[in-house]
Parts: sequence; C-alpha cells; structure tokens
Amino acid sequence: MPKIPPPLWLLAEVTHSCPLQCPYCSNPLELVPKKDELDTEGWLKVLHQARKMGAAQLGFSGGEPLVRKDLEDLIAEARKLGYYSNLITSGVGMDAARVEKFRELGLDHIQVSFQADDATLNDYLAGTNAFQHKLEMARAVKASGYPMVLCFVIHRQNMHRVAQMLDLAVELQADYVELATTQFEGWALANRDHLLPTLEQVREAERVANVYQEKLKGKMKIYYVVPDYYENRPKACVAGWGRVFIAVAPDGLVLPCHSARSLPGLDLHNVRDHDLAWIWYESPAFNYFRGEDWMKDPCRTCDEREKDFGGCHCQAFKLTGDPKNADPTCAKSPHHYLIEQAIDTSKLNPTSAKPLLFRKRQNSINISPITI
Amino acid sequence: MSQVDFMAVPRLAQGYRFQWEEAQQNHVLLYPEGMVQLSDTAAAVLSLCDGERTVQSIVVELEESYETDGISEDITQFLEEAEAQGWIKYA
Repeated sequence: MPKIPPPLWLLAEVTHSCPLQCPYCSNPLELVPKKDELDTEGWLKVLHQARKMGAAQLGFSGGEPLVRKDLEDLIAEARKLGYYSNLITSGVGMDAARVEKFRELGLDHIQVSFQADDATLNDYLAGTNAFQHKLEMARAVKASGYPMVLCFVIHRQNMHRVAQMLDLAVELQADYVELATTQFEGWALANRDHLLPTLEQVREAERVANVYQEKLKGKMKIYYVVPDYYENRPKACVAGWGRVFIAVAPDGLVLPCHSARSLPGLDLHNVRDHDLAWIWYESPAFNYFRGEDWMKDPCRTCDEREKDFGGCHCQAFKLTGDPKNADPTCAKSPHHYLIEQAIDTSKLNPTSAKPLLFRKRQNSINISPITI
Repeated sequence: MSQVDFMAVPRLAQGYRFQWEEAQQNHVLLYPEGMVQLSDTAAAVLSLCDGERTVQSIVVELEESYETDGISEDITQFLEEAEAQGWIKYA
C-alpha cells in the first residue's frame, strides 16, 4: 500500500441551517438539526487537528455558514493557524460591517452565490427575497478589497440566461465566475426532472461562456463545468477518495466527500470520538475506496482509472444500487442507459404531478427516501 | 529577450498568499480555492515580490545569495510567467 498523503483541503460544513430553500441543494434530504451541531470548541478542535495534518485550504460552508454566531471566532483561529480560508455563502446573514470584520480577522476569500441574474428568477429559486441583498453584499465584498468570486449554480431553469449572468458579473467587477452545473446529489437528485438541463442548453451555455472568456481575457476568469451527465466520462469526485479532501459535517461526522453520508456500509466516524488523523489514515471508511482493490469491471481494467478513480461512488450507489459500480455517467458503464433515460425523461418537461421540492425542514421531514 | 522592466516593482496579486507548508516541506502559493506548489527558485523569487523591491534589486539579491551571476534571464522569465498566471502585479 503506497503511503497515504495528508489532506490538503478541509471543508467545514458548520451548519445545515440556511435561510434559502434552493431546490438544487446538494445537502442530504435529512438535514442535521441545529441541536446536533458541533459547538465552537468542537470546531476549533477540527481546525487544529486538520491543520496539523497539513490541510492548507479551508472552506466554511453549509447550509449557510453565516448562521453560526461563532463564525468570527473560527475565522480568527483559522488565520492564526495559517489556513487560507474561503467563505462559501449566499450573502444572507451578513452586512458590510460583518464583511469588514471578516477581513480584519483574516478571512481570505468570500464566494457569493447567485441563483440567477434577475430578482424574479433568483428569488423564486431561493424561495426568499434575497437578490437585492446579494447584490449589495457582492459590492461590499469587492469594496473590502477581496477578490470578487461569484458562483452561479446553473440548471434547466436558469441556464438560458448564462449571458445575462456573465453581464451581471462584469457589472459587479468579478475576478472569477463559476458557472457550476447542479450536481445531482441530495435535494438536487430529488428534483432532477426539473433541473437536468437539455443537451442544447449545455452546449449553448458552453458557447456563451467561451465567447465571454475570450472577450474578458485577463480581466475575469470564467469556469464553466459541463455536467457529468453529458460528458460520457465521470468526474474524479473530490479528486479521489481520501486523497486530498476531508469534510466535516455539522454534527462532527467526518466524510471523504460531502455526500458520503448516504452510502451504505460505510463505517463513518465522528470527531467527537476520534482524532481526525486516525479517521483519515486508519478508519475503514477513508480506506474503503483508496487504491484499486475495490474496483469492478469496467473500472478494474480501464486505462483511465487513475484519472477518474471510477467517478462518484454516491452517484453509482444512488443510480445503480452499488457504490462499487462504475459511475453510470461513464459511457463504459453497463448502467449508462440510466443516464440516457434521465435525459430523455427530463426532455418531456415534468408535470405538476411531482412539484419542485424546495429545501425546507418541513419538506425534509415529510419526504420518504426517494426511489428512482 | 524578456519584456520585464527592471525598475518595475512586483507584488503578489490580491487574494494570493505565499507561505511555507511544513507538512508538504514546500513553499506554496494559495489563492481562492486553489494552491500551487512552488520550486525552490520560484519560492525564492516570490518571497522578494513584496511591493518594495524592484526587479533589479531582486536580481541582485538573489545573485548574492546564490553566489552567482547570469540568472537575471531565469528570473525575468519566471516573473513573466507569474504575471501571466495572475500571481503577481506591478505596483
């Protein structure tokens, strides 16, 4: 067994609470309740242990991390420890003064996400009137001297407006723009028929992104991630299981990827009971998909197995029932027809029989595990 | 010949941080959601891009500390690359 490298990326999902209700949320359907969240001490311990192992990039995420009143304490400690810290936020829960405070405490970067480029669509998707505030916060972030990083999560319902999104990014003087296609995990998977873009949408968005990229060379970097459903090859999920990335869920459960909670048979551990280093190097869950011994055909003999590591195990499980199967987005997978079916189904434009499911605690309680 | 102006004053671009990583035994450049592992020479140059030194003085300092001369072309080539990558800006 080759030596296991240390994690470089720590994702601290400090809460599942969120004032927004985006139906594309990749959080699990069963959200961690507030009472089960790690307290400040618990998170400080996580930051210390991961940094000692070698994690250099830190993402504060959620839910909406701004909901945590102790975020300032965590940011200050992160800076002291030498992390490069990133706040991944909707912008709801801060004002210009809080942005300035973050800056003083040493937060390195704030990424503000938008649901769309205009108020009506944005606020419909967010389930709340957030657009104007987001605009103000994006400006406050820029004014504070941060690099301006915008994220638009794109899907069937807003993908026709990529040009307008990029126009907004130009207006806000963005340095980086991420056009991130919805990944079909958690809530997004439950809403897949409403969210999966058509091939025409995907190609058109790509064309528009390329035009802007060329036009804005040297001024604004645009990242457009083509959805794996249309790529014929899977993405190397989290750059490979237990290789770079370690996530800690709101309740302290330590995850090799942020959806791994949904996988069956994984013996996941909690930072309340175990040291992060033990969990990373020794625990069965983190070793489960390390190396290639677990692989089945077609991955086992595939010449691309060191590139994508078999793709997303959560996707393989959710769609084929076995996380050790090849990610079905791969055209070599015997289950690839499931992806083609999903694309065909979504083309029909779903009926109101299965309405768009907004991410709310109430919906979290009401829904039973979904079947596809 | 490189196009770098010897009197220009380079500094790290906004949002970039240069630091030593003990676990990696390497200098790195950190930026929004990313990281570059630097070679020793790249690290030596970047450590002097502090918004005060000119390219000229960076060359002189490095030639002194490596007890060599004739590395000016290597340094300016690296600075061109670093600027193209968006790592440094000129004050």
